Amino acid sequence: MKNYEIKRVNFKVFRFNVNLDKSPYYESYTLEVSQDDVVLDILNRIKWEKDGSFSYRRSCRHGICGSCAIKVNNKPVLSCKERVFDLIKIFGYELVFEPQDIKYAIKDMVVDKDRFWTKYNNVKPYLITNIETHPKEETVVTQEEAQMLEESDYCIQCGNCFYSCPAVQANVDFLGPAALLKAFRFNTDVRDNAKIERLNIVNEERSGVWDCVKCYECAEACPKELTPIDKITKLHNQIFEENLAKDNVATRHAVGFKDSIIKHGFLDEGELVRYSEGNVGVLKHLPEALHMLKNGKLIMPWQMPKSKNLDEVKKLVDISSTVKFK
Amino acid sequence: MKKLEYAFFVGCTPKQSTPELMDSTLAIAQTLGISLVELEEATCCGASHLQDFDDFLSLVLNARNICYAEKRGLDIVTVCNTCQLNLATTKHRLDSDKELRDRVNEKLKEVNLEYKGSSKIKHFLYALIDDYGIDEIASRVKNPLKNLYIAPFYGCHNIRPKEIHAESNGNEDPYRPNSLDRLIVALGAHNVEYEFKSKCCGFHVELQAPKTANVISGNAMLDAIKHNADTMVTPCPLCHLRLDIQQKNISKEVGQNISIPILHLPQMVGLALGIDEERLGLKNNIAKVEFV
Ligand code: SF4
Ligand code: SF4
Ligand code: FES
Repeated sequence: MKNYEIKRVNFKVFRFNVNLDKSPYYESYTLEVSQDDVVLDILNRIKWEKDGSFSYRRSCRHGICGSCAIKVNNKPVLSCKERVFDLIKIFGYELVFEPQDIKYAIKDMVVDKDRFWTKYNNVKPYLITNIETHPKEETVVTQEEAQMLEESDYCIQCGNCFYSCPAVQANVDFLGPAALLKAFRFNTDVRDNAKIERLNIVNEERSGVWDCVKCYECAEACPKELTPIDKITKLHNQIFEENLAKDNVATRHAVGFKDSIIKHGFLDEGELVRYSEGNVGVLKHLPEALHMLKNGKLIMPWQMPKSKNLDEVKKLVDISSTVKFK
Repeated sequence: MKKLEYAFFVGCTPKQSTPELMDSTLAIAQTLGISLVELEEATCCGASHLQDFDDFLSLVLNARNICYAEKRGLDIVTVCNTCQLNLATTKHRLDSDKELRDRVNEKLKEVNLEYKGSSKIKHFLYALIDDYGIDEIASRVKNPLKNLYIAPFYGCHNIRPKEIHAESNGNEDPYRPNSLDRLIVALGAHNVEYEFKSKCCGFHVELQAPKTANVISGNAMLDAIKHNADTMVTPCPLCHLRLDIQQKNISKEVGQNISIPILHLPQMVGLALGIDEERLGLKNNIAKVEFV
């Protein structure tokens, strides 16, 4: 018989019933865990052996329904996929189980995911196309065309990316990584006709791609390894390619890098802020600018450093640029 | 020990808004006997904003940056998390996609360069810890940072995404990084454990979404202060620009007065090595470093 390693772990579990409890509390359960146990096994044992009222979502047990996502010591996990031994390696023998967002907890691990679905529905997350009711031919998608989706069609809507996104937490309007990934998924589908419509949605200030802080939390959070932030970058690219970029602080901020590199090789920080904000907008940065000047953190235009072999840089920009900004 | 030598990718901020990062980096490299050869031909890495505008152009420019280290036969060190991310991502993509590398090299050929993939790229933090060695650094501490509680602030782009960095950051866990913590302890100080040490500072939306940026930085700083930090330390100049320069705006946004000195990684190391504060550029820090 195979020899199974067993470890004793203390699980500190978030408990709350929105209908009964004034505030949440944590209950500790010490359990023996084997190397095969995933987090869902522990959730099951707590319910079956310790407290039948304990609640959590689960269905498929195969990493495909997306319902069993929770946080363990603040790391987003898919319960049915995450081995407890792997978590012990990172966090040690006390593991804290919490729902994805404790502010929206309904009962124990169960959260009200309404916010997630509302954002999701905002990007027209479905194929929009004109087809005959009884088409005579099949709509063929080649292998190359399917690969353009970069597996974004594998998303199981578990919400792990959304609930670890700091921009979602700080800005109620931000669509968040899952919805944006879905916009990319259909925008890149050759059968779809609504790319421009969706780009106009994700191009909005405050809610769209420009408000992603580029923290890569979503990349780590995704159990399907879909790297939503990379798809967000591609949406930025699509906005410029389709000539939909508005002339605003966010777009100028992106474009300004190119202008600066042509001129200096380096980024001219002061000029980038002026160009992005405009001559009036830039004034709001005056207090910081004065502070910086006083502390030797601001250089004068004539002191701007230049990269060596700048001609080479200019030539490369000339022959490698793929888009223009009006 | 063999003398360490690197191609130094300086980036844009050390030559402008964070001169103290430039000064302190050079000062500790000299004291430790690490040779940093500046890549004078290098351009801006694009900071992930050029990437939003023109991805291919950013690849070509960063491939060119790496070429100049390859020509010198040296590995690259960076002193900015975002430079690290963009150079390492370029390398990762070109090394794993021959077709893409050929397309980039076709452009580079026009200026007589070729990307080969022979130089590694690592942040100075990991060059210190993994190449130079944490014990070696500890043995050179002249002025242990006793009684100081230092909160490490790792910054996103040196730890996430894991697959880009694992090779060069000693396989740091993105949910529980510990390199900076270990370094703090090696320098004689106490490392502050707090939830937000691996979180974002919000730098990349500072212009278009200042509220988001201020809330995000504020959460991290309040958490560090709540856990009794005397100071925070970061390996990233962009995090530093936020945490140090924006304290007034952040305080306004979170409705609490936040005032705490923020050290650059090499400033902290330099203090422990006994390098004088002038050479570490402490006078450039906006939140004054008064515990020295
Ligand atoms: S990278 Fe952008 S979308 Fe992803 S978690 Fe961070 S802010 Fe959210
Ligand atoms: S992108 Fe990944 S983390 Fe986000 S909802 Fe889809 S599967 Fe979950
Ligand atoms: S139970 Fe379906 S994904 Fe975990």
